[in-house]
Amino acid sequence: MDMKVDKKLGLKERYALMTRDLAWETTYQPMDKVFPQVTYEGIKIHDWNAWEDPFRLTMDAYWKYQAEKERKLYAILDAFNQNNGHLSVTDARYINVLKLFLGSTPPLELMAARGFTNVGRHMVGAGPRVACLMQAVDEYRHFQTQVHSISNYNKYYNGMNEFAHQQSRMWYLSDGKSFFDDAITAGPFEFMVAIGFAFEYVLTNILFVPFISGAAYNGDMAAMTVGFSAQSDEARHMTLGLECIKFMLEQDPDNLPIVQRWIDKWTWRGTRKLASVGMMMDYMLPKRIMSFKEAWEMYFEQNGAALFNDLARYGVKVPKCFVQTVAEKEHVTHQSWIGFYMKPDSTPFHTWIPEKDELDWLSEKYPNTFDKYYRPVLEHFDAQEKSGNRFNNKTAPMNCQVCISTIKFNDPDDPMKTLIRSKTYKGEKFHFCSLHCEEIFDAEPEKYIQAYISSHQVLQGNCAPEGVDTTAPDFEPGAHIAAYWRLDKAATGDFNGSEDQANFAAWRRQATSN
Amino acid sequence: MQLDLRTISIKPLRQTFGHLARRMGADKPASRYIEGTMDLQPVENFHYRPSWDPDFDIFDPRRTAIVMKDWYALKDPRQFFYGAWVLARARMQDAAEADFALVEERGLAAAYPEAGKAVVRSVLLPLRHLAWGANINDSFIGAHGYGIAISQAATYAAMDQLGIAQYLTRLALAFSDIEALAAAKSAWLEAPLWQGLRRYVEDLMVTGDWFEVLVAQNVVLDGLLYPLVYDRLADALDASHGPVVSLLTRFQSEWAGENAKWLDAVIKVAAADSPENAEKLAAWVGQWRARALEAVAPVAEAAFGAEGAAVLAEIAEDLSRRLTKAGLSLGASA
Ligand SMILES: [Fe+2]
Ligand SMILES: [Fe+2]
Ligand SMILES: [Zn+2]
Repeated sequence: MDMKVDKKLGLKERYALMTRDLAWETTYQPMDKVFPQVTYEGIKIHDWNAWEDPFRLTMDAYWKYQAEKERKLYAILDAFNQNNGHLSVTDARYINVLKLFLGSTPPLELMAARGFTNVGRHMVGAGPRVACLMQAVDEYRHFQTQVHSISNYNKYYNGMNEFAHQQSRMWYLSDGKSFFDDAITAGPFEFMVAIGFAFEYVLTNILFVPFISGAAYNGDMAAMTVGFSAQSDEARHMTLGLECIKFMLEQDPDNLPIVQRWIDKWTWRGTRKLASVGMMMDYMLPKRIMSFKEAWEMYFEQNGAALFNDLARYGVKVPKCFVQTVAEKEHVTHQSWIGFYMKPDSTPFHTWIPEKDELDWLSEKYPNTFDKYYRPVLEHFDAQEKSGNRFNNKTAPMNCQVCISTIKFNDPDDPMKTLIRSKTYKGEKFHFCSLHCEEIFDAEPEKYIQAYISSHQVLQGNCAPEGVDTTAPDFEPGAHIAAYWRLDKAATGDFNGSEDQANFAAWRRQATSN
Repeated sequence: MQLDLRTISIKPLRQTFGHLARRMGADKPASRYIEGTMDLQPVENFHYRPSWDPDFDIFDPRRTAIVMKDWYALKDPRQFFYGAWVLARARMQDAAEADFALVEERGLAAAYPEAGKAVVRSVLLPLRHLAWGANINDSFIGAHGYGIAISQAATYAAMDQLGIAQYLTRLALAFSDIEALAAAKSAWLEAPLWQGLRRYVEDLMVTGDWFEVLVAQNVVLDGLLYPLVYDRLADALDASHGPVVSLLTRFQSEWAGENAKWLDAVIKVAAADSPENAEKLAAWVGQWRARALEAVAPVAEAAFGAEGAAVLAEIAEDLSRRLTKAGLSLGASA
């Protein structure tokens, strides 16, 4: 130890000693057996050392920063819970945002944690391994802080109680589940494009910003803090996703068509998933931040275009679905909300017809579509509801074989027509919500025929709760579906007249009276 | 909107989520560990089979020979959900920071006797690669384990091992000795002293049963190596050369003690679940411990000279006691 070392070892060199210098080429076991996942997708990597670390955090610094954030976050959550913070939200309809968003998101964060652990195990380079593992534990963080933040709401409001049970059973949650199941069952590089790039980079802002600002606008300090705190990790996740794309593209020109296909696929799959986030912005936040259309223009059309401009030097093109998403942005949220409203027995959150001033807001934000197509429908449902004839659609929905969403979106060329595409594969008929989903199917039919589609499962008698004899002669498929879901009757149907509405009003009166 | 809310007490409709009330047998408040852990991993209705392993489901209990009636019985007695884990590590990190600062301020590393430095170079520094190997193996458990109880704990352990590899790197830097890192790396790759250990962790990198990896890597190997190096050797070095190495490796020795509590709880519960489990676990311990002892022996000798074998035998005895207490019946040879 005679050598004098420059104390100011460069940050990059120091970080290399802390990460990639730890790794070695295995010889007792061949590298391709130790890292069996990195070749079969066809991505060619010649030099793992060319990976540019997107951020340079050693574990000691990671623990320190993250602990500071956790301390603050839980202090705010505790205070919020102690002070009945839930009573300061704008009105009780807002809580349905939490039921929808926080009821469906934590299970997906958990899948992200699992997926990044797998990629973190299986990437050959130490640089990407470390970055992916760090994201894996971050995703455990998001998953758990979200569960902890809904925990308190669950004590006072209906519909969040069975989110864990419902994550794999509830019809409308299977689109999100299929999204992450699809990513995690793909190889590590596709996972990185799916989650690291398309989800965390291209779509993350439109997923989280409306939710976080929505929480802030509507007086929900707890959800806002959880969201903001997670966003501070997202900055790292975004740079990782982008670096991964660049790394693949720089390594070999043959990677481009594969990566492009994944970008097309995952941007579209993500877009489909976002319809419900948009619906939350347009219909569910009592105090609105901006319309989904505006958010889409800002975060996807403008920021996304800038990103793809930047990637053009690698030969990457704007995702194929770009044009269709632009055409759909004035429709999807209305179709989604109406779709949910029409099924009052099938969701653990409430729906309602917007108030007059809210309908006016929608007319103003959607001048091309709302008055023409959707306002009349909503007003018609409203009149029916008021005359005691509330619409209730009991027919089984048709689902897209790829994105699993209920087929309800219009033909891009004809807003009055629901688009449905069908094809027969190996003697079986499959349906798609769009050309994009059909193309995804065509690229990997053997994967997508496996999809779990709950409406089919019900008809096949597979959705009976524990303890029901499905072989009994009087067994009726579908009769037990609410029990299979553990769907609490009090959590379903109209907000007006609900237990949530009554409780919130009574508690708030109590807390504000002198 | 700022509302002035009077503090009122409201009777909650329920105390916890349905899945937890059913698990606990009563609707009562659950801890944040329980809320963030129990029964949340999907178990059914998966959409697709993994393209990288189509014989299994995305989450599949058949990835190990161990069978559990309840995978969430493998609870972590430290109750580490993410927040508790980072808080615990940040506290240890704080202490380590102060230790490194003290060593630097007082010039303790520069003044450290050459005989001590030689041991640091030859025995401690190559271990950063071993910790990296442990990180790979623990992330495998995190990626394929069943139930969040075990998979989150293994993932945190993987990060801990990465942290340990980095603390060892910092130790070399504290001694201003970058060249020693390169020498330690070639020793890891080529010197006979390290080949048994390198083969051991590389073989675990291709072992498919994640529970077996947990036993071989965390229970057996760490159970021998950490006490050997971070307790016994650190003490010996302190005694002869002053308390520098134990300061700069305090994280590791504290961590190993804490981690052992988690592992003992896991082994105990898994073994108690069925005689088949207990038998399987004992067989794995027997098989991997024989290999680990052989692999660690030259390291013990490098650290303690002729006494190495005796020191290692004592540590092996301690490990046997730990595992017997956890409910494994280890044969005389094991
Ligand atoms: Fe996340
Ligand atoms: Fe993320
Ligand atoms: Zn579709």
